Order: sequence, then structure tokens, then C-alpha cells
Amino acid sequence: MGEWSALAISQGVRDGELKAVEIAEETLSRIETNDPLLHAFLHVSPELALKRAAELDERIAKGEDPGRLSGVPVALKDNLCTRDMPTTAASAILDGWIPPYDATVVSRLKESGAVIIGKTNMDEFAMGSSTENSAFGATRNPHDPARVPGGSSGGSAVAVAASLVPLALGSDTGGSIRQPAALCGVVGMKPTYGMVSRYGLIAFASSLDQIGPFAATVADAAVLLEVIAGHDGYDSTSLDRQPPSLLDQLDRGVDGLKVGVVSELLEGADPAVAVQVRLAAETLANAGALVEDTSIPVLTYSLPAYYLLAPAEASSNLARYDGVRYGLRVDAPDVESMNSRTREKGFGAEVKRRIMLGTYALSAGYYDAFYLQAQKVRTLVINGFSAAYESYDLLLSPTSPTTAFPLGSRLADPLSMYLSDICTIPSNLAGHPAMSIPFGTDDDGLPVGVQLMAPALGEAVMVRAAAVLEAAESHLSGQQRRDEDEQ
Amino acid sequence: MSNEFETVVGLEVHCELATRTKLFCSCPNRFGDEPNTNVCPVCLGLPGSLPVLNEAAVEMAMRIGLALHCEIRPSVFHRKNYFYPDMPKDYQISQYDAPICVNGWLELPDGSKVGIVRAHLEEDTGKTTHVGSTGRIHDASYSLVDYNRAGVPLVEVVSAPDISSGQQARQYVSELRAILLATATSDGKLEEGSLRVDANVSVRRKGSDELGTRCEIKNLNSLRSLARAIEYESERQADLIRQGLEVVQETRHWSEDEERTVPMRSKEEAFDYRYFPEPDLVALVPGEQWIERVRGSMGMLPEERRKRLIEAIVRPRSSSEPTTSHISQAESDAEKSSDETPAEAVLSHVAKVVELGLDDLVIAAIELGADRRIAVMRAVNEAAADPERARHIEAGHFAKLIEMEHKGRISATQAKTILARMLEGDGEDPETIAAKEGFSALSRDELVEVINSVISANSDAWQRFVSGDQAVGKFLVGQVMKATRGRADGRAVMELLTARNEG
Ligand SMILES: [Zn+2]
Repeated sequence: MGEWSALAISQGVRDGELKAVEIAEETLSRIETNDPLLHAFLHVSPELALKRAAELDERIAKGEDPGRLSGVPVALKDNLCTRDMPTTAASAILDGWIPPYDATVVSRLKESGAVIIGKTNMDEFAMGSSTENSAFGATRNPHDPARVPGGSSGGSAVAVAASLVPLALGSDTGGSIRQPAALCGVVGMKPTYGMVSRYGLIAFASSLDQIGPFAATVADAAVLLEVIAGHDGYDSTSLDRQPPSLLDQLDRGVDGLKVGVVSELLEGADPAVAVQVRLAAETLANAGALVEDTSIPVLTYSLPAYYLLAPAEASSNLARYDGVRYGLRVDAPDVESMNSRTREKGFGAEVKRRIMLGTYALSAGYYDAFYLQAQKVRTLVINGFSAAYESYDLLLSPTSPTTAFPLGSRLADPLSMYLSDICTIPSNLAGHPAMSIPFGTDDDGLPVGVQLMAPALGEAVMVRAAAVLEAAESHLSGQQRRDEDEQ
Repeated sequence: MSNEFETVVGLEVHCELATRTKLFCSCPNRFGDEPNTNVCPVCLGLPGSLPVLNEAAVEMAMRIGLALHCEIRPSVFHRKNYFYPDMPKDYQISQYDAPICVNGWLELPDGSKVGIVRAHLEEDTGKTTHVGSTGRIHDASYSLVDYNRAGVPLVEVVSAPDISSGQQARQYVSELRAILLATATSDGKLEEGSLRVDANVSVRRKGSDELGTRCEIKNLNSLRSLARAIEYESERQADLIRQGLEVVQETRHWSEDEERTVPMRSKEEAFDYRYFPEPDLVALVPGEQWIERVRGSMGMLPEERRKRLIEAIVRPRSSSEPTTSHISQAESDAEKSSDETPAEAVLSHVAKVVELGLDDLVIAAIELGADRRIAVMRAVNEAAADPERARHIEAGHFAKLIEMEHKGRISATQAKTILARMLEGDGEDPETIAAKEGFSALSRDELVEVINSVISANSDAWQRFVSGDQAVGKFLVGQVMKATRGRADGRAVMELLTARNEG
């Protein structure tokens, strides 16, 4: 098999040099070999994938062009609705549920010739930072199977990191794409809020959720975002504008761009992570960017605000899982007991914790002190960013304060788990784009991710800087490998 | 109720909008289909689905608001959270602290005004049928839920506590319904539930400015039960106060069978709806242009139509004809019920003509010279049998019929028969119908002859009439009508009887 990138595969398939069926077979065989250990997937559809690939090959043989992702295997986080595969959000309450419709992103993937391989593991309802909160068992980090892949989109990150698929989709509410991307050493991007339709994404926190790509390279992530982005009449919060043009921006470099390194987000980071962020800053500076440290003090209030707003919305979004219409139902003598027994059995501990937090934050007498106060902080965070973006085109920080941590190590302490998202949450509160790019490793060889943040609709500038870091990183790691070989 | 207390009522009316599709999806908004056939991921609240606001529903809400003299405001949707099986998402999308329509009023046919606090958009729930002994959820053996109604657009119109009786509440709802029909925003059927009324009722001592503790009354399925429930409830509250007891704020259910209000389970009062702004929708900010376009597209409202009709009735035909005579004539002739003043009777006839949608016909006939009193009475009494068809009668034919009756060429009874024929919709001229039926009024001589024979056949009655018993006159008129098979004019007969007695 040649280069395992989306761009190379779709080029080969469209040119007739590769067969979509062979790519699908290769993907399925990689999953079969590696997934028993990693558990990136909750559901794999070999028959559907092969049938779909064969159809694509036929169309290409007839001279048709199925699209920009022709024959490219894609994995989907299991909170994206698929009409031909179960969609559970890794919750027992939706075990076996098959939606009667495709999410908009799924339709767009199908329309561009992608082959949907299966659904990936996640923290239940995207609530978590380690993929250990799945009702169907944890996912392991391919760099060290004793460690977590991050979360909540851990399955998608691992599927790409272990080269099972070249592309995967995740969702990011407080860092759920970027943090696992960092911990698994892949590219993960959270687009501007409204850039990608949320129709068919099982909601966690509606005002924060955004679907985005995982890929091994910035270019692959860019093409995937181009395919799924753009206005959708089924999502009222979808931005009414053309999808961004990213792929043609990648070679433009960062000469003259101004980049701020956010000191508040660097403070709590492990030294090994901080070192890589400094190296990344240096790399951008060497490429012609004007890089300096900057301070946005209000960002330190992001985490508490987020842990009021996200659970508040979640408590309402998850009310519908009541046993009446779909999913799990635990029978009881009356409706109220049926509701509560179903939810008691169907939801995991973290989901219940957040429903409780959110219900509390919205309750009469507490709404002003919690929900409303948090909304005010959210406004301040947006203002803080706006002020920073008057001086800078991009902001740089760690994606996660640490590299991948051991399985089970943070489960007993929710607060330490919540702190995993301290660097990623501010962009969700502001609705801004941000991405994680692998940049070096720590002393144990675990990947470090650095985060680039941009103002709303700043994806094009963001991927330019990402491409510069990526080029330097591959040069750097090549250098490191040669050094190690010589020793 | 005794003079000691006065009733204070505010009404909350849910109006189902007559949109083609639902509020947040494109499912048909249709009553009476097979259960759970008009549903989709959005109105079933399936995971991942999102609402998209139906612009037609917004326009209808604006029309209702404008008809109620409201200010149209930028508005925000909120989620109202509570668990109920017929609510697919277990929250209802509604407008909370920023409704689309605020600060209006509704003018009743008697000229009184009721304040409108707000009118806001929200989605309807599904419909649950509890299968079990009492039809209530708590002892049902199982329940069936139909989600066809889930997501149907509603406008909730909230009145100020300006209503002072069951009768006025009834008028308010009638008028609101007339407005909904006039603005083509709802079919306004209480029986089918497209109009649902809750009443907030309290009482206070006369002259007091303070509001008493109120109870919310539900299950008011007809105008009749609305009026009776309010009367019952204010009496109940007044009794409590007279006994030195307190009125407890609660929701009560109008029991149609028992004709009384009964408390609903108090648990329903304990809801904390945890309202917060709906993050799946953006703020709704109707621009000035949009509002003006909607305003411009609205037809005439009942209030204006009533004013126009009254004007047509009182407008003098020539300078020699004084305006007041028409009113006093209409007043004295109105077939009034005992508790109405003559002016009220005219207003209620005018309201009725407008409600039937026959004001255009009556005005046109009057303009063609028809007698105003007869035109109104025939519209209110006979054309009401089929207002839909009556609206399509040619104004010229209607005016001609009125003229024939007015000139005494046919009797009132014959005129009613001809009008019934005209309602059959063949478009026939009233003169042609009269000829076919062999109708003509009796000549004076023929009539005098019949009267003479009736008098000799009923000499006892005649003696009593002569000695001043007016009531027996009606009996004699009836005998003449019977003898002529309705060809005589009742008033003419009475005049002749009186003249003969006096002469
Ligand atoms: Zn629907």
C-alpha cells in the first residue's frame, strides 16, 4: 500500500490507479488486526464499506468523478447520526439505536465519495477527556496502550493515529477534538462555531458543540473541513457563507503574521509540554512571524464558566432520553418511575453528574448566580480574545497541559480530569476556530500537541501556521530519529 | 354574584396557527390524520435533530399581534423544561421574557377594551390518550401518544386582568376568534382544541384596587363552560372570603359533568421550568419593512367592519332624512332579549352580521336602497342558516327581496321562504322564485275579509281584545296567518285589528 493519506488515496482512486475496494479491504484488515487492543471502534460495517467502495469503482470505470474524497475511508465519532449504522454516543441508553436519517456531515461525506467505515468510541455523550466514560469500554492510546487517548473523541483520534483510517470526524465542545489529537499525535481541528452544520450531531452543549476533522496531516484535515463545511438550512446556527478555501493556503507561510503566546495557558503546563510550545513559537518566528508573549487574564475564568454552561445545556439536551420513544426503556408501574429507572440504568456516572450540575445551575434561585454569571464570563472571554486579536493574527498555546496519562489515573478525581481541557475551552466559549498540531514528544516519547487559535473564520490563516509547524516537526523528528540511530 | 364582590379575570388563550407546516420542521400541520404519520426527526425530538423556524408562523403571529394593536418586538425563544411523555424533547420551545407581541388591546363589540399583555409563539405538544378507568394518567393501565400535533405552532395570547364576568370572557374569546378568522391565522375551533382557554379568576371587594388570590381554571372546552366556570369559581371564592377563609392559589379543573371546579393535583404546581435561551435558534428580529408588509397585507378586522356596518345603517339617505330615526327604528324593532337595552341589541345584531361575514352583503343591499332593519334581520336570522352560501348571494337580489317585503308585496313569511330558496344557490331572482311559488301578499280587501271571518269565528277572543287584552291580539293575528297560510303580513294584520277596534 502506498501513501496512507486522504489526498493520495482519492487522487489514486480518481485516476484509476487505486481501487476503492482495495483501500476498503486494507482498512478493514488494519482494523481487524489492531482494534481488538485499541478499541477505537464501536461499530464497523465491512459489508456496507465494501459495497460502497465497489460502487465507487464502477462509477469511476464509467468515467464519473465521485468527488474529492473518492474511496477515502472515514471513521465517524459515534455521536454523528448514520441511517445505516447504530449511533449510540457510547451510551447504554442508546444501545442499538439506528437513526432514520444521516447527519448533514455524513451526507456531505457520501456526496464527496468517502467510504464510511464505522463509528468510533467516545466518552458517553462526549462528556469526558479520556474516552474512559464510554458505556462500551475504554479506548487505548496507540503510543502506549496503558494510557488514555484523551477524549471525548478518543476513538477517532486513535483510528487516525494508528493509521486505521486516514480521516475521522469528531466533535469538540470543550476540546474533545484537539485534546485527543494532541495526546495521540495527530492533527485535530475545531472550526468556527456555525462553520459546520450540527444537524445530526447528538447534542451535548448546543452553543459550544462543533464537528471537526482528524487527520495525519494538515492538508488532509483541510480537505476534510472543506468537504463538510458550509451553510445548512437544517441548522439555524449554521453560518450563511461559502465553505472556506484552505488547501490552497497551505504554502503561503507565516511571513509577517503576528502570533501571541498566551502566558495564562502556558503556566500550568508540564515542562515537557511547555518546551515544545516554546520550540513551536521559535519555529514560527524563524519562518518570519512576529512572535511574542501575551496575556489574556480573563481566560483563567473559562473553565468554571464552561462547567456551568455546558452541563446546563446538557441537562436539557439529555432530557429526551426518557424511555418513551427510542433507546433503552426500563419498565415500571407508572411513567415517572419508568423515566427515572430508565435514566438511572441508561446513563453513566459522569453524565449523571453533569445533568445534576446543569439542572442545579438553571434552577429557580440559582439561575442568576450560576448560569447568568457564567454567560457574563463568556462575554468577557470573547472580549478578551477580541482585544488580543487586535494585536495578533493567531494565538499559540499548549493543547493539553500534559501528555497522555495512564488509564484510570484521573477517574476518581473529576476535577483533575476537567483540568485536561483548560487550554481548549476558551475557543469553544468564544466560538472561535482552534487546532492541535503534533509537535515533538515528551521524555517518554509521548506526543505533544500545540494549539493554534484564530478569530472567527480565521481558519485559513490558522492552517498556514499549522503547515509551517508540521513541516518543521517532520524535519525535527527525522533529525531526532537519525540522532538516535547514530547513538 | 352579590354586590359585595367583583370578579377579575385574565385569559390565556392558545391558538393553533393554520400554517401548512409545523413550527420547526416541514411536517404537515393537519388535524385528524392517522396517529404518528405527520412526524420527522425534528418534531419527534430525535437525537441530533435541530429546529428551524417556520417564517409563515412568525408572520401569522405578527398578524395576530397587529390585529390586537400590539407592538412587534425582537424576540428570543427559550426552553421550558419538564418531563411529559407527549413532549418529544422533554422541553418546550417557547418565548419567555422576550415575546414577539406586547402591549395591545382587544375591543369588544360593546366598545369595552381588554388589555393584551403579550402574544408569543411556541410549539404544541403531542396528544396522550390514557387507556384506563378514568382517562387520567395516574390510573391508566397504559397510554398512547400521537405526535402529529407535536411541533404545531401556537400563539398564546395573554390578556390583562380586565375581564369582569363570565359573559365578558365569552365575548372576549368570541372576538378573539373572529380576529383569528379575519386574519386567516387559525380556524379557532374550541371543540377541536385549536383554541384552548385557561382562565385566571380572582375576586375582590368592590372598589378595591388590590387583586385577590387567583386560581387558574383549565379544561374549558366551550364558550358555555368558560362562562359557567368563571361564574362558579368567583362564587366559590366569594363564599370562602365571606366565611373568613383564604383562597388558595392553585390550578383547578372545570368538571363539565359536575358543573364545578375541582383542584388538580398540587404536584403540578411545583414545576421549576428552568427556562433558558434556546441555543439551537437565533434571536428573531423582524425588521420594520417586514412588519409593514405584514400590516399592509391584512384585511379588515371585525372591529373596523362593525364600525363600517353601523355607519351604513345610520348614514342618512338624503338630507331630509334624520340620522337618529334609523337608530331609534332599529332599536325599537330589534328582536331583543329581555336583558338587553335596545342599543345593545343593535350592537349585538351588528356583531352577528360581521361574525357571519354578511356585512358586505347587507351594506351593498342598503346602498341599493334596501330597508336597513329588514336587511339586518334577514341576515341575522335567515341567511345565518348558511352564511357561506349567503355570502355569494347577489346583492341586487338580496336588495330586491327586502324591497318586496318592505313594500308589502310579499309577507315576511314568504320572504323567508324565498331567501331559503336563494340560499340553495341557483342564483334565481327573488321575483322569479315568488312567481314559481305563487307568492303574493293579500290585497287589503282580501285581508279585511279574512279578518272578519276570524273575528266571527272567535268572538270571545275578539271581545277580550276589544276590552283591552292586548295579549289576545297575538292569538288573533296567528289565526289570520293560519287562514292565509302565511300570505298575510303580521304587522298589517295587527294594524287592521287595532284600527277596527278603535274605529
Ligand atoms: Zn416534523
